[in-house]
Amino acid sequence: MRRVYMDHSATTPVRPEVVEVMLNCLTEKFGNPSSLHYFGRLGRRALDEAREKVANAIGAKPEEIVFTSGGTEADNMAIHGVAMLNQNRGNHIITSAVEHHAVLNTVKALGKQGFTVTILPVDKYGMVSVEDLANAITDKTILITIMHANNEVGTVQPIKEMAALAKAKGVLFHTDAVQSMGKIPVNVDELGVDLLTISGHKIYGPKGVGALYIRKGTRWRQSLFHGGAQERLRRAGTENVPGIVALGKACELAVQELDKEAVRLTGIRDKLIQEVMEKIADVRLTGHPTKRLPNHASFCFEFIEGESMLLSMDMKGIAASSGSACTSGSLEPSHVLLAMGIPHELAHGSIRLTLGRDNTMEDVDYFIENMVPIVERLRAMSPLNPDSEFDFEENCADCKISSSCHL
Amino acid sequence: MYSEKVMDHFENPRNVGEIADADGVGLVGNPTCGDIMKIYLKIDNDVITDIKFKTFGCGAAIATSSMVTEMAKGKTLDEALRLSNQSVAEALDGLPPQKMHCSNLAADALHAAIDNYREKQK
Ligand SMILES: Cc1ncc(COP(=O)(O)O)c(C=O)c1O
Ligand code: FES
Repeated sequence: MRRVYMDHSATTPVRPEVVEVMLNCLTEKFGNPSSLHYFGRLGRRALDEAREKVANAIGAKPEEIVFTSGGTEADNMAIHGVAMLNQNRGNHIITSAVEHHAVLNTVKALGKQGFTVTILPVDKYGMVSVEDLANAITDKTILITIMHANNEVGTVQPIKEMAALAKAKGVLFHTDAVQSMGKIPVNVDELGVDLLTISGHKIYGPKGVGALYIRKGTRWRQSLFHGGAQERLRRAGTENVPGIVALGKACELAVQELDKEAVRLTGIRDKLIQEVMEKIADVRLTGHPTKRLPNHASFCFEFIEGESMLLSMDMKGIAASSGSACTSGSLEPSHVLLAMGIPHELAHGSIRLTLGRDNTMEDVDYFIENMVPIVERLRAMSPLNPDSEFDFEENCADCKISSSCHL
Repeated sequence: MYSEKVMDHFENPRNVGEIADADGVGLVGNPTCGDIMKIYLKIDNDVITDIKFKTFGCGAAIATSSMVTEMAKGKTLDEALRLSNQSVAEALDGLPPQKMHCSNLAADALHAAIDNYREKQK
Protein backbone atom coordinates (compact mmCIF):
# COMPACT_ATOMS: atom_id res chain seq x y z
CA MET A 1 0.00 0.00 0.00
CA ARG A 2 1.10 3.51 -0.71
CA ARG A 3 2.06 5.33 2.50
CA VAL A 4 1.81 9.08 2.78
CA TYR A 5 3.16 10.51 6.01
CA MET A 6 1.64 13.92 6.75
CA ASP A 7 2.33 14.13 10.46
CA HIS A 8 5.74 15.80 10.59
CA SER A 9 4.70 18.08 13.46
CA ALA A 10 4.28 14.95 15.58
CA THR A 11 7.69 13.63 14.64
CA THR A 12 10.01 13.09 11.67
CA PRO A 13 12.17 10.21 10.43
CA VAL A 14 15.86 10.56 11.23
CA ARG A 15 17.87 11.54 8.15
CA PRO A 16 20.51 9.07 6.98
CA GLU A 17 23.27 11.71 7.34
CA VAL A 18 22.18 12.13 10.95
CA VAL A 19 22.03 8.40 11.61
CA GLU A 20 25.58 8.11 10.32
CA VAL A 21 27.11 10.61 12.75
CA MET A 22 24.97 9.21 15.53
CA LEU A 23 26.11 5.62 14.97
CA ASN A 24 29.71 6.74 15.05
CA CYS A 25 29.14 8.08 18.58
CA LEU A 26 27.52 4.85 19.71
CA THR A 27 30.36 2.63 18.60
CA GLU A 28 33.59 4.59 18.06
CA LYS A 29 33.35 7.85 19.95
CA PHE A 30 31.62 6.24 22.90
CA GLY A 31 33.73 7.83 25.63
CA ASN A 32 32.25 9.79 28.51
CA PRO A 33 33.01 13.46 27.79
CA SER A 34 33.97 13.91 31.45
CA SER A 35 36.74 11.28 31.22
CA LEU A 36 40.28 12.44 30.94
CA HIS A 37 41.55 9.72 28.56
CA TYR A 38 41.60 9.46 24.79
CA PHE A 39 38.05 8.04 24.59
CA GLY A 40 36.72 10.77 26.82
CA ARG A 41 38.44 13.40 24.72
CA LEU A 42 36.81 12.03 21.56
CA GLY A 43 33.42 12.28 23.23
CA ARG A 44 34.18 15.78 24.47
CA ARG A 45 35.23 16.91 21.00
CA ALA A 46 32.05 15.49 19.46
CA LEU A 47 30.02 17.31 22.10
CA ASP A 48 31.80 20.61 21.51
CA GLU A 49 31.33 20.39 17.76
CA ALA A 50 27.65 19.66 18.15
CA ARG A 51 27.25 22.62 20.49
CA GLU A 52 28.86 24.85 17.91
CA LYS A 53 26.54 23.59 15.17
CA VAL A 54 23.42 24.15 17.25
CA ALA A 55 24.62 27.61 18.29
CA ASN A 56 25.40 28.56 14.68
CA ALA A 57 21.99 27.40 13.53
CA ILE A 58 20.21 29.88 15.82
CA GLY A 59 22.77 32.69 15.89
CA ALA A 60 23.93 31.98 19.44
CA LYS A 61 27.29 31.41 21.11
CA PRO A 62 28.19 27.79 21.95
CA GLU A 63 28.33 28.50 25.69
CA GLU A 64 24.71 29.66 25.56
CA ILE A 65 23.47 26.18 24.58
CA VAL A 66 22.45 23.54 27.16
CA PHE A 67 21.52 20.08 25.91
CA THR A 68 18.44 18.44 27.35
CA SER A 69 16.32 15.32 26.93
CA GLY A 70 14.00 17.15 24.54
CA GLY A 71 11.65 20.07 24.10
CA THR A 72 9.66 19.24 27.21
CA GLU A 73 12.67 19.33 29.50
CA ALA A 74 14.00 22.52 27.90
CA ASP A 75 10.63 24.25 28.41
CA ASN A 76 10.42 23.09 32.04
CA MET A 77 14.00 24.07 32.70
CA ALA A 78 13.66 27.54 31.15
CA ILE A 79 10.49 28.47 32.99
CA HIS A 80 11.28 26.90 36.34
CA GLY A 81 14.84 28.22 36.36
CA VAL A 82 13.77 31.82 35.73
CA ALA A 83 10.94 31.59 38.24
CA MET A 84 13.18 30.21 41.01
CA LEU A 85 15.94 32.77 40.60
CA ASN A 86 13.68 35.81 40.26
CA GLN A 87 11.19 35.13 43.04
CA ASN A 88 12.54 38.01 45.06
CA ARG A 89 11.84 40.40 42.15
CA GLY A 90 8.31 39.35 41.38
CA ASN A 91 6.00 36.40 41.01
CA HIS A 92 4.06 37.09 37.83
CA ILE A 93 4.39 34.90 34.73
CA ILE A 94 2.67 35.53 31.40
CA THR A 95 1.97 32.87 28.80
CA SER A 96 -0.63 32.22 26.10
CA ALA A 97 -3.65 29.94 25.86
CA VAL A 98 -2.26 28.03 22.87
CA GLU A 99 1.08 26.88 24.31
CA HIS A 100 2.22 23.28 24.21
CA HIS A 101 1.46 21.44 27.45
CA ALA A 102 5.18 21.40 28.23
CA VAL A 103 4.89 25.17 28.79
CA LEU A 104 1.28 25.51 29.89
CA ASN A 105 1.41 22.82 32.56
CA THR A 106 4.78 24.04 33.86
CA VAL A 107 3.40 27.55 34.27
CA LYS A 108 0.20 26.22 35.83
CA ALA A 109 2.23 24.15 38.30
CA LEU A 110 4.07 27.32 39.36
CA GLY A 111 0.67 28.96 39.72
CA LYS A 112 0.02 26.49 42.55
CA GLN A 113 3.31 27.40 44.21
CA GLY A 114 2.77 31.07 44.87
CA PHE A 115 3.24 32.49 41.38
CA THR A 116 0.53 34.51 39.66
CA VAL A 117 -0.19 33.47 36.10
CA THR A 118 -1.73 35.38 33.21
CA ILE A 119 -2.80 33.27 30.25
CA LEU A 120 -3.25 35.56 27.27
CA PRO A 121 -6.16 34.84 24.94
CA VAL A 122 -5.75 34.48 21.17
CA ASP A 123 -7.81 35.67 18.24
CA LYS A 124 -9.66 33.38 15.83
CA TYR A 125 -6.38 32.67 14.02
CA GLY A 126 -4.61 31.62 17.21
CA MET A 127 -2.62 34.84 17.32
CA VAL A 128 -1.61 36.56 20.57
CA SER A 129 -2.06 40.33 20.55
CA VAL A 130 1.00 42.46 21.33
CA GLU A 131 -1.32 45.01 22.90
CA ASP A 132 -2.81 42.39 25.25
CA LEU A 133 0.71 41.49 26.29
CA ALA A 134 1.61 45.13 26.92
CA ASN A 135 -1.44 45.49 29.13
CA ALA A 136 -0.70 42.31 31.05
CA ILE A 137 2.83 43.23 32.15
CA THR A 138 3.02 44.52 35.72
CA ASP A 139 5.95 45.48 37.90
CA LYS A 140 5.75 41.96 39.34
CA THR A 141 6.20 40.27 35.94
CA ILE A 142 9.40 38.24 35.74
CA LEU A 143 8.84 36.00 32.72
CA ILE A 144 6.91 35.89 29.47
CA THR A 145 6.80 32.57 27.63
CA ILE A 146 5.08 32.49 24.24
CA MET A 147 5.69 29.95 21.51
CA HIS A 148 7.20 30.90 18.16
CA ALA A 149 4.90 28.74 16.04
CA ASN A 150 1.94 26.67 17.13
CA ASN A 151 2.05 22.90 16.73
CA GLU A 152 -1.67 22.42 16.13
CA VAL A 153 -2.59 25.26 13.80
CA GLY A 154 0.79 26.49 12.54
CA THR A 155 0.23 30.15 13.44
CA VAL A 156 3.47 32.13 13.81
CA GLN A 157 3.43 34.60 16.70
CA PRO A 158 4.89 38.14 16.57
CA ILE A 159 7.78 37.15 18.85
CA LYS A 160 10.06 39.98 17.79
CA GLU A 161 7.55 42.66 18.82
CA MET A 162 6.65 40.89 22.05
CA ALA A 163 10.26 40.26 23.04
CA ALA A 164 11.11 43.93 22.40
CA LEU A 165 8.29 44.91 24.69
CA ALA A 166 9.55 42.53 27.37
CA LYS A 167 13.05 43.86 27.06
CA ALA A 168 11.88 47.46 27.45
CA LYS A 169 10.15 46.46 30.69
CA GLY A 170 13.06 44.39 31.95
CA VAL A 171 11.14 41.12 31.75
CA LEU A 172 12.74 37.87 30.55
CA PHE A 173 11.32 36.29 27.41
CA HIS A 174 11.28 32.58 26.55
CA THR A 175 9.99 31.10 23.33
CA ASP A 176 9.31 27.49 22.40
CA ALA A 177 10.71 27.21 18.86
CA VAL A 178 10.24 23.44 18.60
CA GLN A 179 7.90 23.75 15.61
CA SER A 180 9.47 26.76 13.88
CA MET A 181 13.03 25.44 13.90
CA GLY A 182 14.03 24.37 10.41
CA LYS A 183 10.78 25.69 8.89
CA ILE A 184 11.25 29.45 9.21
CA PRO A 185 14.34 31.44 10.30
CA VAL A 186 15.03 31.11 14.03
CA ASN A 187 17.67 33.58 15.21
CA VAL A 188 17.92 34.53 18.86
CA ASP A 189 19.10 38.09 18.17
CA GLU A 190 16.61 38.67 15.36
CA LEU A 191 13.84 37.50 17.70
CA GLY A 192 15.39 39.23 20.71
CA VAL A 193 14.60 36.40 23.12
CA ASP A 194 16.47 35.44 26.31
CA LEU A 195 15.63 31.74 26.26
CA LEU A 196 14.62 29.46 23.40
CA THR A 197 13.69 25.78 23.17
CA ILE A 198 14.37 23.35 20.31
CA SER A 199 13.82 19.60 19.97
CA GLY A 200 15.63 17.02 17.83
CA HIS A 201 12.83 14.81 16.60
CA LYS A 202 10.89 17.52 14.80
CA ILE A 203 13.87 18.34 12.56
CA TYR A 204 14.86 14.86 11.34
CA GLY A 205 16.93 14.14 14.44
CA PRO A 206 16.26 11.52 17.10
CA LYS A 207 13.72 11.62 19.91
CA GLY A 208 14.86 12.34 23.44
CA VAL A 209 17.25 15.17 22.71
CA GLY A 210 16.76 18.92 22.62
CA ALA A 211 18.44 22.13 23.63
CA LEU A 212 17.76 25.26 25.62
CA TYR A 213 19.37 28.50 24.55
CA ILE A 214 20.08 30.78 27.52
CA ARG A 215 21.36 34.24 26.60
CA LYS A 216 24.59 35.10 28.39
CA GLY A 217 23.85 37.01 31.60
CA THR A 218 20.23 35.88 31.84
CA ARG A 219 18.94 35.56 35.40
CA TRP A 220 18.30 31.84 35.17
CA ARG A 221 19.53 29.02 37.32
CA GLN A 222 19.41 25.28 37.16
CA SER A 223 16.61 24.24 39.49
CA LEU A 224 15.25 20.83 38.48
CA PHE A 225 18.02 18.22 38.44
CA HIS A 226 20.52 17.53 41.18
CA GLY A 227 23.60 15.63 40.16
CA GLY A 228 26.94 16.00 38.43
CA ALA A 229 28.57 19.09 37.02
CA GLN A 230 27.81 18.44 33.36
CA GLU A 231 26.83 21.22 30.96
CA ARG A 232 28.70 23.70 33.17
CA LEU A 233 26.43 22.95 36.12
CA ARG A 234 23.35 23.69 34.08
CA ARG A 235 22.14 20.15 33.42
CA ALA A 236 23.31 17.19 35.48
CA GLY A 237 23.67 13.75 33.95
CA THR A 238 26.10 12.13 31.50
CA GLU A 239 25.51 13.79 28.17
CA ASN A 240 23.51 11.91 25.54
CA VAL A 241 26.42 12.26 23.13
CA PRO A 242 24.94 10.29 20.20
CA GLY A 243 21.69 12.25 20.46
CA ILE A 244 23.46 15.57 20.88
CA VAL A 245 25.75 14.96 17.90
CA ALA A 246 22.67 14.00 15.88
CA LEU A 247 20.92 17.18 16.98
CA GLY A 248 23.94 19.20 15.85
CA LYS A 249 23.91 17.58 12.43
CA ALA A 250 20.13 17.93 12.10
CA CYS A 251 20.33 21.65 12.95
CA GLU A 252 23.14 22.19 10.47
CA LEU A 253 21.21 20.52 7.65
CA ALA A 254 17.93 22.19 8.57
CA VAL A 255 19.44 25.64 8.28
CA GLN A 256 21.38 24.86 5.09
CA GLU A 257 18.23 23.71 3.34
CA LEU A 258 15.72 26.03 4.95
CA ASP A 259 15.15 28.54 2.17
CA LYS A 260 14.76 26.00 -0.60
CA GLU A 261 12.66 23.62 1.47
CA ALA A 262 10.38 26.38 2.75
CA VAL A 263 9.55 27.43 -0.81
CA ARG A 264 8.93 23.83 -1.86
CA LEU A 265 6.75 23.04 1.15
CA THR A 266 4.77 26.27 0.81
CA GLY A 267 3.91 25.22 -2.74
CA ILE A 268 2.66 21.82 -1.63
CA ARG A 269 0.83 23.28 1.38
CA ASP A 270 -0.96 25.89 -0.69
CA LYS A 271 -2.08 23.30 -3.21
CA LEU A 272 -3.29 21.10 -0.35
CA ILE A 273 -5.27 23.91 1.28
CA GLN A 274 -6.72 25.09 -2.01
CA GLU A 275 -7.83 21.62 -3.09
CA VAL A 276 -9.36 20.72 0.26
CA MET A 277 -11.35 23.95 0.32
CA GLU A 278 -12.43 23.51 -3.31
CA LYS A 279 -13.25 19.83 -3.40
CA ILE A 280 -14.84 19.33 0.02
CA ALA A 281 -17.81 21.35 1.27
CA ASP A 282 -18.21 22.65 4.82
CA VAL A 283 -14.53 22.74 5.75
CA ARG A 284 -12.74 25.53 7.56
CA LEU A 285 -9.05 26.28 7.60
CA THR A 286 -7.77 26.68 11.16
CA GLY A 287 -4.88 28.94 12.06
CA HIS A 288 -3.69 32.05 10.28
CA PRO A 289 -4.21 32.06 6.49
CA THR A 290 -0.75 33.51 5.74
CA LYS A 291 1.25 33.82 8.97
CA ARG A 292 1.60 30.07 9.29
CA LEU A 293 4.37 27.49 9.02
CA PRO A 294 5.19 26.58 5.41
CA ASN A 295 4.52 22.87 6.05
CA HIS A 296 1.32 23.22 8.03
CA ALA A 297 -2.30 22.77 6.93
CA SER A 298 -5.09 22.27 9.46
CA PHE A 299 -8.83 22.10 9.04
CA CYS A 300 -12.12 21.43 10.73
CA PHE A 301 -14.50 19.23 8.77
CA GLU A 302 -18.07 19.88 9.82
CA PHE A 303 -20.50 17.13 10.90
CA ILE A 304 -17.85 14.41 11.29
CA GLU A 305 -15.35 13.45 13.95
CA GLY A 306 -11.56 13.46 13.75
CA GLU A 307 -10.69 9.98 14.97
CA SER A 308 -13.02 8.30 12.50
CA MET A 309 -11.37 10.36 9.74
CA LEU A 310 -7.90 9.36 10.95
CA LEU A 311 -8.84 5.67 11.04
CA SER A 312 -10.26 5.88 7.53
CA MET A 313 -7.18 7.74 6.27
CA ASP A 314 -4.89 5.20 7.92
CA MET A 315 -6.62 2.43 5.98
CA LYS A 316 -5.51 4.25 2.83
CA GLY A 317 -1.98 4.66 4.14
CA ILE A 318 -2.34 8.34 5.03
CA ALA A 319 -0.97 9.42 8.42
CA ALA A 320 -2.24 12.63 10.03
CA SER A 321 -3.49 13.83 13.42
CA SER A 322 -6.50 15.44 15.04
CA GLY A 323 -7.40 17.62 18.00
CA SER A 324 -10.67 15.78 18.54
CA ALA A 325 -11.58 14.78 22.07
CA CYS A 326 -11.87 11.19 20.88
CA THR A 327 -8.14 11.12 20.12
CA SER A 328 -6.97 12.98 23.20
CA GLY A 329 -7.79 10.42 25.85
CA SER A 330 -9.11 13.26 27.97
CA LEU A 331 -12.58 13.62 26.42
CA GLU A 332 -11.76 17.25 25.74
CA PRO A 333 -11.00 18.62 22.32
CA SER A 334 -7.76 20.52 21.77
CA HIS A 335 -7.25 23.49 24.11
CA VAL A 336 -5.75 25.37 21.17
CA LEU A 337 -8.86 25.10 19.00
CA LEU A 338 -11.15 25.98 21.91
CA ALA A 339 -8.99 29.01 22.77
CA MET A 340 -9.45 30.18 19.19
CA GLY A 341 -13.20 30.23 19.78
CA ILE A 342 -13.88 27.17 17.63
CA PRO A 343 -17.02 25.49 19.01
CA HIS A 344 -16.66 22.03 20.54
CA GLU A 345 -18.58 20.25 17.79
CA LEU A 346 -16.33 21.75 15.14
CA ALA A 347 -13.14 21.10 17.09
CA HIS A 348 -14.08 17.41 17.11
CA GLY A 349 -13.73 17.41 13.34
CA SER A 350 -10.19 18.78 13.27
CA ILE A 351 -7.48 17.32 11.08
CA ARG A 352 -3.84 18.44 10.97
CA LEU A 353 -1.67 17.71 7.94
CA THR A 354 1.98 18.58 8.38
CA LEU A 355 4.32 18.15 5.45
CA GLY A 356 7.97 17.27 5.32
CA ARG A 357 10.96 16.37 3.18
CA ASP A 358 9.37 13.17 1.89
CA ASN A 359 6.12 14.77 0.64
CA THR A 360 5.44 15.69 -2.98
CA MET A 361 2.70 17.33 -5.03
CA GLU A 362 1.53 13.80 -5.93
CA ASP A 363 0.89 13.16 -2.24
CA VAL A 364 -1.65 15.98 -2.32
CA ASP A 365 -3.42 14.33 -5.27
CA TYR A 366 -3.42 11.00 -3.41
CA PHE A 367 -4.75 12.67 -0.28
CA ILE A 368 -7.60 14.45 -2.08
CA GLU A 369 -8.48 11.35 -4.09
CA ASN A 370 -8.96 9.43 -0.84
CA MET A 371 -10.24 12.14 1.47
CA VAL A 372 -13.23 13.12 -0.67
CA PRO A 373 -14.89 9.68 -0.40
CA ILE A 374 -13.90 9.34 3.28
CA VAL A 375 -15.68 12.57 4.15
CA GLU A 376 -18.65 11.57 2.02
CA ARG A 377 -18.95 8.17 3.71
CA LEU A 378 -18.70 9.55 7.25
CA ARG A 379 -21.13 12.37 6.52
CA ALA A 380 -23.64 9.87 5.19
CA MET A 381 -23.41 8.16 8.58
CA SER A 382 -23.65 11.35 10.61
CA PRO A 383 -26.89 12.60 12.16
CA LEU A 384 -25.54 16.14 11.74
CA ASN A 385 -25.95 18.14 8.56
CA PRO A 386 -26.39 21.79 7.61
CA ASP A 387 -30.08 21.67 8.59
CA SER A 388 -29.92 19.52 11.68
CA GLU A 389 -31.13 21.23 14.75
CA PHE A 390 -31.43 19.15 17.82
CA ASP A 391 -33.06 20.02 21.03
CA PHE A 392 -30.61 18.43 23.38
CA GLU A 393 -31.31 20.28 26.52
CA GLU A 394 -33.75 17.75 27.86
CA ASN A 395 -31.22 14.98 27.18
CA CYS A 396 -28.43 16.82 28.89
CA ALA A 397 -28.67 14.91 32.14
CA ASP A 398 -27.95 11.67 30.29
CA CYS A 399 -24.89 12.99 28.59
CA LYS A 400 -21.88 11.61 30.38
CA ILE A 401 -19.44 12.53 27.68
CA SER A 402 -17.71 15.69 28.65
CA SER A 403 -17.20 17.82 31.70
CA SER A 404 -17.13 20.97 29.64
CA CYS A 405 -20.67 21.02 28.31
CA HIS A 406 -21.76 24.65 28.17
CA LEU A 407 -25.47 24.10 27.71
CA MET B 1 -5.78 -0.23 19.60
CA TYR B 2 -9.13 -1.55 18.35
CA SER B 3 -10.12 -5.22 17.98
CA GLU B 4 -10.69 -6.70 14.52
CA LYS B 5 -14.42 -6.76 15.21
CA VAL B 6 -14.46 -3.03 15.98
CA MET B 7 -12.57 -2.29 12.78
CA ASP B 8 -14.92 -4.51 10.80
CA HIS B 9 -17.97 -2.69 12.12
CA PHE B 10 -16.28 0.65 11.54
CA GLU B 11 -15.42 -0.22 7.94
CA ASN B 12 -18.68 -2.01 7.14
CA PRO B 13 -21.24 -0.64 9.53
CA ARG B 14 -24.54 -2.56 9.54
CA ASN B 15 -27.89 -0.79 9.39
CA VAL B 16 -26.73 2.75 8.69
CA GLY B 17 -29.46 5.17 7.74
CA GLU B 18 -32.83 6.50 8.72
CA ILE B 19 -36.36 5.09 8.80
CA ALA B 20 -38.80 7.67 7.49
CA ASP B 21 -41.88 6.26 9.26
CA ALA B 22 -40.09 5.00 12.36
CA ASP B 23 -42.17 3.86 15.33
CA GLY B 24 -39.54 5.03 17.77
CA VAL B 25 -36.54 7.36 17.54
CA GLY B 26 -33.81 7.75 20.17
CA LEU B 27 -31.26 10.51 20.24
CA VAL B 28 -28.46 10.72 22.79
CA GLY B 29 -25.32 12.73 23.16
CA ASN B 30 -24.74 16.34 22.53
CA PRO B 31 -22.87 18.14 19.78
CA THR B 32 -21.08 20.30 22.32
CA CYS B 33 -19.82 17.30 24.22
CA GLY B 34 -18.83 15.48 21.09
CA ASP B 35 -20.71 12.35 20.30
CA ILE B 36 -24.24 11.88 18.98
CA MET B 37 -26.21 8.74 18.18
CA LYS B 38 -29.63 8.51 16.67
CA ILE B 39 -31.49 5.20 16.45
CA TYR B 40 -34.67 4.53 14.45
CA LEU B 41 -36.95 1.55 15.19
CA LYS B 42 -39.68 -0.24 13.31
CA ILE B 43 -41.74 -2.26 15.78
CA ASP B 44 -44.33 -4.95 15.16
CA ASN B 45 -46.03 -6.76 18.04
CA ASP B 46 -43.39 -5.59 20.49
CA VAL B 47 -40.62 -6.99 18.27
CA ILE B 48 -37.96 -4.85 16.61
CA THR B 49 -38.40 -5.65 12.93
CA ASP B 50 -36.10 -2.97 11.55
CA ILE B 51 -33.46 -0.71 13.06
CA LYS B 52 -31.18 1.97 11.63
CA PHE B 53 -28.63 4.35 13.10
CA LYS B 54 -26.74 7.54 12.43
CA THR B 55 -23.69 8.44 14.49
CA PHE B 56 -21.29 11.31 14.91
CA GLY B 57 -18.24 10.10 16.79
CA CYS B 58 -15.07 8.08 16.84
CA GLY B 59 -14.40 4.61 15.44
CA ALA B 60 -15.70 3.00 18.63
CA ALA B 61 -18.86 5.10 18.55
CA ILE B 62 -19.62 3.98 15.01
CA ALA B 63 -18.77 0.33 15.73
CA THR B 64 -20.90 0.19 18.89
CA SER B 65 -23.85 1.77 17.08
CA SER B 66 -23.55 -0.79 14.33
CA MET B 67 -23.23 -3.64 16.84
CA VAL B 68 -26.19 -2.55 18.93
CA THR B 69 -28.43 -2.50 15.85
CA GLU B 70 -27.37 -6.04 14.97
CA MET B 71 -27.95 -7.25 18.50
CA ALA B 72 -31.36 -5.60 18.82
CA LYS B 73 -32.85 -6.65 15.50
CA GLY B 74 -35.51 -9.36 15.96
CA LYS B 75 -35.56 -8.96 19.73
CA THR B 76 -38.62 -8.10 21.78
CA LEU B 77 -38.56 -4.68 23.40
CA ASP B 78 -38.00 -6.18 26.84
CA GLU B 79 -35.07 -8.23 25.55
CA ALA B 80 -33.64 -5.18 23.83
CA LEU B 81 -33.92 -3.16 27.02
CA ARG B 82 -31.70 -5.72 28.71
CA LEU B 83 -28.87 -5.07 26.23
CA SER B 84 -26.27 -3.15 28.16
CA ASN B 85 -23.22 -1.20 27.13
CA GLN B 86 -21.19 -4.03 28.66
CA SER B 87 -22.76 -6.61 26.36
CA VAL B 88 -22.20 -4.35 23.33
CA ALA B 89 -18.54 -3.90 24.23
CA GLU B 90 -18.14 -7.64 24.82
CA ALA B 91 -19.71 -8.48 21.47
CA LEU B 92 -17.02 -6.30 19.89
CA ASP B 93 -14.28 -8.24 21.73
CA GLY B 94 -13.77 -5.31 24.08
CA LEU B 95 -13.00 -1.63 23.78
CA PRO B 96 -10.03 0.40 25.01
CA PRO B 97 -10.87 1.69 28.51
CA GLN B 98 -11.05 5.34 27.45
CA LYS B 99 -13.63 4.36 24.82
CA MET B 100 -16.10 2.61 27.12
CA HIS B 101 -18.35 5.67 27.15
CA CYS B 102 -18.97 5.21 23.40
CA SER B 103 -20.67 1.85 24.00
CA ASN B 104 -22.57 3.49 26.80
CA LEU B 105 -24.02 5.81 24.24
CA ALA B 106 -25.11 3.03 21.86
CA ALA B 107 -27.18 1.14 24.44
CA ASP B 108 -28.58 4.44 25.70
CA ALA B 109 -29.70 5.41 22.19
CA LEU B 110 -31.47 2.08 21.75
CA HIS B 111 -33.22 2.42 25.10
CA ALA B 112 -34.19 6.00 24.29
CA ALA B 113 -35.78 4.84 21.03
CA ILE B 114 -37.78 2.17 22.86
CA ASP B 115 -38.89 4.70 25.48
CA ASN B 116 -39.94 7.03 22.68
CA TYR B 117 -42.07 4.25 21.14
CA ARG B 118 -43.71 3.35 24.44
CA GLU B 119 -44.37 6.99 25.16
CA LYS B 120 -46.22 7.26 21.88
CA GLN B 121 -48.30 4.13 22.65
CA LYS B 122 -49.78 5.65 25.77
C1 LIG C 1 5.58 23.26 20.43
C2 LIG C 1 6.15 22.06 21.09
N1 LIG C 1 6.84 22.19 22.25
C3 LIG C 1 7.37 21.14 22.88
C4 LIG C 1 7.24 19.86 22.39
C5 LIG C 1 7.82 18.72 23.16
O1 LIG C 1 9.05 18.32 22.65
P1 LIG C 1 9.63 16.88 23.04
O2 LIG C 1 8.75 15.89 22.36
O3 LIG C 1 11.03 16.89 22.47
O4 LIG C 1 9.63 16.77 24.50
C6 LIG C 1 6.55 19.67 21.19
C7 LIG C 1 6.39 18.32 20.60
O5 LIG C 1 5.37 17.66 20.74
C8 LIG C 1 5.98 20.79 20.54
O6 LIG C 1 5.28 20.65 19.40
S1 FES D 1 -17.15 9.19 20.21
FE1 FES D 1 -15.67 10.35 21.26
S2 FES D 1 -14.43 8.86 22.15
FE2 FES D 1 -15.90 7.73 21.12
